[in-house]
Amino acid sequence: MKNSKILAVTLIALVTFSSCNNDDPIAVNEEEVITTVTTTLTAGNQIITLTSRDLDGDGPNTPVVTVSGDLIVNTTYTGTVRFLNEAVTPVDNITDEIKAEGVEHQLFFQAPAAIGTFTYADADSNNKPIGLAFTLKTGTAAATGNIVVILRHEPLKSADGVSSGSITNAGGATDAQITYPVQVK
Amino acid sequence: MQTKIYIFFCFCLFCTIGFSQNTVSGKITTQQGLPLSGSHVHIGTKTVSSDVSGNYLIKRLPKGNVKVYVSFIGFQAIDTLVNLAGDQVLNFALKENAAQLQEVIIRQKANTLNKSLLEQKIKTETIEKFSNQTLGDILKEIAGVSSMKTGSSVVKPVINGLFGSRIPVINNNVRLEDQQWGTEHAPNFDVNAAGKITVIKGASGLQYGGDAVGGLIVIEPISVKRDTLFGKTILNLASNGRGGSISSSLHKGNDKGWSWNALGTFKYSGDREAPDYVLSNSGNREANFSGDIKFTGKKYDVSGYYSFYNTTIGILSASHIGNVNDLYNAIKNKVPWAVYDFTYDINNPKQKVQHHLAKLNYNYYSDQTASLAVQYSFQFNKRLEFDVRRGNFNNLAALDLALTTHAINIDYKKTVHDWSLKSGFNGSFQNNFANPATEIRPLIPNFDRIEFGTYGIVNYDISDSFSVDAGLRYDFSQVQATKFYFKSRWDERGYNSEFADFIVGEQGNQWLAKPSFTFHNISASTGFHKEFGQDLYWYTNVSLATRNPNPSEFFSDGLHHSTGVIELGDIALDKEQAVKLSTTLQKKWTAFSVEVNPFINSIRNFMFLRPVGFEKNNRGSFPVWEYQQTNARLAGVDVQTHWKINNQWQHDFALAYVNGRDLTNNEFLIDIPPLNLSNKIQFAKTEWNDLKLELKSEMIMRQNQFPDNNFITNIIVNNELTEVLVDISTPPPAYQLLHFYSEMKFKTFGKSNTTIAFSVQNILNTNYRDYLNRQRFFADEMGRNFQIQLKFNY
Repeated sequence: MKNSKILAVTLIALVTFSSCNNDDPIAVNEEEVITTVTTTLTAGNQIITLTSRDLDGDGPNTPVVTVSGDLIVNTTYTGTVRFLNEAVTPVDNITDEIKAEGVEHQLFFQAPAAIGTFTYADADSNNKPIGLAFTLKTGTAAATGNIVVILRHEPLKSADGVSSGSITNAGGATDAQITYPVQVK
Repeated sequence: MQTKIYIFFCFCLFCTIGFSQNTVSGKITTQQGLPLSGSHVHIGTKTVSSDVSGNYLIKRLPKGNVKVYVSFIGFQAIDTLVNLAGDQVLNFALKENAAQLQEVIIRQKANTLNKSLLEQKIKTETIEKFSNQTLGDILKEIAGVSSMKTGSSVVKPVINGLFGSRIPVINNNVRLEDQQWGTEHAPNFDVNAAGKITVIKGASGLQYGGDAVGGLIVIEPISVKRDTLFGKTILNLASNGRGGSISSSLHKGNDKGWSWNALGTFKYSGDREAPDYVLSNSGNREANFSGDIKFTGKKYDVSGYYSFYNTTIGILSASHIGNVNDLYNAIKNKVPWAVYDFTYDINNPKQKVQHHLAKLNYNYYSDQTASLAVQYSFQFNKRLEFDVRRGNFNNLAALDLALTTHAINIDYKKTVHDWSLKSGFNGSFQNNFANPATEIRPLIPNFDRIEFGTYGIVNYDISDSFSVDAGLRYDFSQVQATKFYFKSRWDERGYNSEFADFIVGEQGNQWLAKPSFTFHNISASTGFHKEFGQDLYWYTNVSLATRNPNPSEFFSDGLHHSTGVIELGDIALDKEQAVKLSTTLQKKWTAFSVEVNPFINSIRNFMFLRPVGFEKNNRGSFPVWEYQQTNARLAGVDVQTHWKINNQWQHDFALAYVNGRDLTNNEFLIDIPPLNLSNKIQFAKTEWNDLKLELKSEMIMRQNQFPDNNFITNIIVNNELTEVLVDISTPPPAYQLLHFYSEMKFKTFGKSNTTIAFSVQNILNTNYRDYLNRQRFFADEMGRNFQIQLKFNY
């Protein structure tokens, strides 16, 4: 019966000394969440800011979309898009990461032709567009519609039409998709 | 070579009776007194097998001289005459057959005392065929068992339409604790370590737990009772994936003293290929070890066991999507968007899982009819899931969980006359640690769980052709979790009215909550087993199972990346209770046997995901599915036939059908396997080096019974937002697959032999998708696969 005693002692030892981590956890502030997407359109002195802000990420709250003003017909706007994570302090500027990994990212801009047409104004190291900088040429008549800005991660940049801004063959995973309601006057 | 025969006869007169019918009982052991379970005992015209303790019982024997024949593989048989004059106890101690034996002896062990439910077994021979595959693939050999897959390497077994937490897996008497709540988490187990696999399609295995709503899978390792040393190596090469596996084991058996087993497995595969394209990032790696050492004394044995499972599994690149527009495109395009050249590399998304299992066992055989087993087990499961992320985050796991489980089991068995009793106690402590270093809010929170359970099962043989059994189990479970909730989510869930007490702290826009739950559960099982003459058997069992919500049902809180769905748990969920009635009729003729097993499983508070609406964030708009409870009913039938056409030809047929209904909402249940039929024809010729040729056909019908979870989303067509229907509900069409298998055995030198097998899966290179594959929206299943297997026994 000696064996069984050894076994019993071993068992008790194992159970007693098996520790467990029971400390209070730290709240995870997700670094990668894009809480804020700001699209800025500049033409001369006019600066229009289009913002979508969602501070609870995957939480139930709907993003708050604001558009600071109306666009003017037949105008060429210089555009930029900034991606921020405002849920962390200090605020994390994700735009820089996207720029640094330009080869793996591309923005797509969609709007009815009456609103305007978009042209890329930047390039990654392979000379393919990223889309953080662009120009928007507004339509010739007053119109109402949506500008949709989509950020794709790992798109197929060399697929047909993708580098000229067509999303159809882009593939990849959508990291952001914002719909801004706008008016061209 | 020692050939002397020792035979021990112990005649003990038990009692005298007036009838001319006598009962003979006794125990079959080795000479060292170890029970030989499954020995063949033939007295007069009756035959039985000895039970797990080596005991046997034969009733209604005539008076006078009867022939007695007792045998057990690897032991010398006893053949003698006994004069019966009343009930007798005849104990036999068999002498080991020291003469050379080529076959490996696997000790048979009865899993349960419940004879009222027919257990389905898979033998070593079949397990070896699947050496290169997964547990889920092997189990599909049984009618009524199908699989829930994620790609080709993550395979979860489905029994009669249920899977995951509803099907506990018992490996070597230890309940696997490896985060089975996830549909893309396969059981962390190396199939090469299994000697025998038993499937119990019900909750009657009460000694393992009371929550087997769907059934139980019981895996037993190879165990050798004979003084020998042998080894086995299985080498596999597969064309699809351009990889293979090697598994080597050494077994030192002994009936007394020391014995040990050691096994190592290594698997390596690159991208799998569908008929038309490469399934990019579907490779996998596996490196496993398991070993045990055992000391067998006269009345006891002590053993230690350790196993380590380590795998890396690539998840199809094209299945990583960001929002439902991506999902819509995948479904519409029918071709994965990410198809690259074949590679062995595994990129993100991928899973890296390690599972350690260590245990100590002590068995004590107090006398021939009673035994006590004590077991301590420790499990540590480390799950890392990597997602496609930006920058350096790519090298950081998106999910990092460490699950630690300690368990103690004490089981006692006793056989008295026609009664056999099994009862026991188990206690466990579990801790889950979700590493916050992932920088992603964890899917599953930290929690501690304490459980205690106690059970009793009794079996009574009313006559030698009719037995009844009954079992009862009580479980106590306490879970305390620590989780951060977005304040917005806490309010949206409406937790404030009922669960405000759980909040213990606050950080920014998140509440720190410590939800705590206590459950007292009862489970039970009862049934009978009746043998009619002419090889007709009838099994009927009713079982009550009670399952507590698992961590994902309680706490899910966020976006599921491969389905584009926000999944929400609910801490208000209550336990689910299932009553399953299962009956099996088995009829054997000389060349033909048939088994029909209808069942009905009625589940109260069945937990399932139900679409409830939409939520928007900066990624787009997402359907929200939440865990709800309903009353569900699963009913179906499994049929198996075996036809031995002649000495060379055999035919096997299996059919499984299950219908799942949500009774409260009057809908069908999601993810119920469709009707499937399999036909296998085998040609075998012993004279030609044990040649075996098999052709198997699998017919999987289309599932026409499914809930409609389709939803509308806006996509951009010609620069305008357009409404489209995302069809996530319609199951894929029916398909048929043909598989071929062949093998031959060769004697190499001495006692060693080699088996060479050649097989082809999906001979016709059929394009198909399976309803129960989570990646069916993204890509076809694997195409044709040629496989060569070499098996050396030495």
